[in-house]
Order: sequence, then structure tokens, then C-alpha cells
Amino acid sequence: MKESTIMKIHYGTALASVGLVAVHILMRLTTGFADSLEYENVIANYRSVPYVIMLELILILLSVHGFNGLRVIMLELKQGRVYEKAVSYGCVVAMIGLIGYGSRTIIITNMGMV
Amino acid sequence: MAQVSSIPEEQASLPLSASKSILLRISKFNPEYDKSSKFMEFTITYKKWTTVLEAILDVKKHFDHSVAVRYSCRQASCGSCGMLINGKPRLACFTKISELDSDVVTVEPMNNFPIIRDLTVRFEKLFESHQKIKPYLIRNDTELESDEREFLQSPKELEQYIQFANCIKCGLCNSACPTMATDSSFVGPQALAQAYRYVADSRDKGKDTRLNIVDDSHGIWRCHFAGSCSQVCPKGVDPAMGIQFLRGYLLGFRS
Amino acid sequence: MTKDENRGGIKGMVNPRRYGIERIAYLLMRFSGLGLLGYFIAHVYETSNILRGRMGWDEFLALTQTTEGHIFLALVIGMCVFHTGNGIRIMLGHGGVGVGKPARPDYPYDPASQNYRHKIGIYSSILLAAVAMMYGLAVMFGE
Repeated sequence: MKESTIMKIHYGTALASVGLVAVHILMRLTTGFADSLEYENVIANYRSVPYVIMLELILILLSVHGFNGLRVIMLELKQGRVYEKAVSYGCVVAMIGLIGYGSRTIIITNMGMV
Repeated sequence: MAQVSSIPEEQASLPLSASKSILLRISKFNPEYDKSSKFMEFTITYKKWTTVLEAILDVKKHFDHSVAVRYSCRQASCGSCGMLINGKPRLACFTKISELDSDVVTVEPMNNFPIIRDLTVRFEKLFESHQKIKPYLIRNDTELESDEREFLQSPKELEQYIQFANCIKCGLCNSACPTMATDSSFVGPQALAQAYRYVADSRDKGKDTRLNIVDDSHGIWRCHFAGSCSQVCPKGVDPAMGIQFLRGYLLGFRS
Repeated sequence: MTKDENRGGIKGMVNPRRYGIERIAYLLMRFSGLGLLGYFIAHVYETSNILRGRMGWDEFLALTQTTEGHIFLALVIGMCVFHTGNGIRIMLGHGGVGVGKPARPDYPYDPASQNYRHKIGIYSSILLAAVAMMYGLAVMFGE
């Protein structure tokens, strides 16, 4: 993938996640910070389909943005064909791993298997 | 080990009566023999308009002729005498001691460039990167084919790039750039600003070629707009501005 | 990195002195980004405790409901707000917005790209981050 395409995705994920994370944080504040973290309220959030879709989107957007940011920093720290390939693929694997791990929590909780 | 010397009044090129003195610390390093650099210290008299280059040349004249320094025009036109002066990349011929506002002036070779000896650094990588972005007009036709008239350009079109054409390839921007500090493959602010200089030239038709060259994993996207390059440029080129405009083409903000 | 290259290295990259607020913003952006990525990974792991049922969730929540936990979260809020505000400034700059116009340079060659708009953007991001941190602390310690 061209670097300009990757960086357009980087900017796009940043802008999209700003809005969604703001909603996610506001949800904590509108019901009271401590109350919103009570087990029943958290479970209720996970059972709400629109909220779960938003959580999944945040998970994907921030993973892509965060791990690409890490890739950029690491590419600038050290150079070399093998190292650069390892960093790029390593970040993609870590990104997929985190999305998979987070999605597991979201899906299992949403399906009421907790 | 530091060597402390001072110019006797009768030998000084500037009369002491109208001058102050500073401690000039010069980094000495020969990669062929030395494992690390060391500083030689000299007490130098200066006047209001004495430049750092003049002070270094005083040292060469009176104390240590082996100090390696590259210089030529002494008027910020040739771009030869770039060095770290009190930790910041500057042209020695363009920096007056009085404006440094310090009793100690430390001069070191520019970082992010391999050292030849003492204050002199290699520019091969800088010139390579400069050549990489094709620093010439690219056209489908040539002057030979259409010899009836020159390439016309309005003053407004000229203003789009004339600032960037002031680059003297002194390398100060590359020395100040935080990405250059760690990324040996980064094309650098000098070359990127020059890429914009030609892309913005109304006579040039090589925009796509150059954008392809800089759209690389160690190209324009490794600039994070820290702006240090523009702050040290002695010719007002403002590489950071050129780089952002160039990136604007890749992001679709400009066409 | 060999001595031959004479690169500033990480020390040269993180050196915030002598280059003004823009260089400090560059550094803060980088650190806050790394910090937020670390927090995000920890947050995804932390919330997975819901799978352990009420007991697992409450146990883990108790770990974060401490003074240290609140201060840590306030830092995360600060990093998040700064990274967002400064990120928007940088994105606009990357598109060529607010970086001045090319012109014949005049001595003393003040770079147009390092203008007050971007400085205001940086200081505003720092200020907003500080306010958000204080608000966050007030909310967390107030309950």
C-alpha cells in the first residue's frame, strides 16, 4: 500500500475516533462516572446494539490509528529492510490481535453469555 | 583534554580597547584517529560585528592552524560554513558573536552529517537526496523544439516558488530536523522543500513524477511539522511551509 | 547508528530546547500517542474482565478506583485532549492550512509557517488538556 494511502487512513481514523470517543466518554458522564461503571450498567451498555456497534468501531479505528502511529515511530527509530518489514507486519498482527481480543469481549457480552 | 589559550593584545586582529572577549570551544575530531570528540578552548576578543567564522579563523591564524572548517563566501551565499553554534545549527559567517548573548561559544560539526574532521561534514547524502527529487524543470517539450519564445511566467507565478529557490544547500535544516536525527533513510527537509519549489513552478510538468518519489515510507510522511528546519534556515526558505504545501497535493487539498 | 553518521539519535530527536514550542508540541504529540496506545491496550484488557462476571469486574474496578488510579486516568484525559487538539492542528497544517503564503523572503526571515495561528493552536491544546484534567479529577474525586 502506498504511504499516502496509509496516512490518509491514519487521518481518517483519527477524525472518526474523536467523535466516537467523545460519545463514549459522555456516556460515562451523563449517568454519573461511578454509576456508569457499575456492573449492571456496563452489562446494559453491552446489550445495546447501537452502543456495541460504536464500541466495535472505536476498537477498530483506534487500533488502526494507534498501531500505525507506533509503526511510524519505529520506522523512524531504526532502518533496514528486515527490521522495517518486521515492524510493519508486527504492527498489523498486533492490530488484528487487539481487535480480535476486544471483539471477543464485545460479542460474548452482547450475546448474554456472561 | 581542553587547551586554554588567549590572543595577546598586540597579536589580536581586533583592538582590545573596543572589544570584549569570549571563550570559544571548538570540537576536534578526526574519525581516522579519534574515538570521540574533544573540545579545545580559546579566549577570543570580538567586536559587535565579529562573526563566529571570523573568530574560528582567528584561532586558525594564531593558535591552531589544524582546525578544519569549510568556508568560502563569508556572506551566507555559498552554504559552506554550517555548524552547531551553542547547540543550534547556524552559518558561522552569518552569526555574530554579540547576538549569541553568551560568554562561551561552543562550535561543533552539524549533526546528522558524517564528520570529515573537526567542523567539516560530508554533504554527499544531502546532494543525493537533492538529486533524487529531480531539481530541474521537467517538460514534455524542450526549448530547442519551440525556440520561438521563452517560458513565460507572471510575477504572481514566480512568487509561488521564488522563496524556495533561495536554498543554498547549507544543510542546516537537515541538521535541525528531529526525524533526520534517527532516520538515515529520510529524504530530509531540504530535498522536500526543493521538490515543492519545482512542483510549484508554472513551467514545470513533473509534479506527478516528484510526488511519486516523495510518497515513500521514508519520504514526505516522515515530516511531522515540528518546524525546526524553518527556524534555522538562514535564507528564509521556510522548508516546513513548502513541505506542507507539497503534502497538500498528495492529500488532495491542492491540484 | 554508527559514529560515522553523526546522527543526533534519540537524544537529538527528543531534545526540546532551542527550537520553540513547535518542537515541544512534536515531542508531546509523540509521547501522548505512545501513552494513549499503551492505555488503549490496557483498557481493552481491563474491560475484558467483564467476562469473569460481576466478581471479576468489581475486583478489577476496585484497582482503578484508587487515588493513583484517578491521577493516572486524569493523565490519560490530558494526553487524549492534547493529542486530539494538536492532532487537528497538525492535520490542517499538513494540508497546507494556516502555514502562510509563499512570498519573497525579507530579512530577518521569520518563517511564515511558524506563525501565531499554530502557536495559539498548541497553547490552546495544552490549556484544554489542563482544564480537562482538572475537570476529570473533580468528577473522579467528587464521587
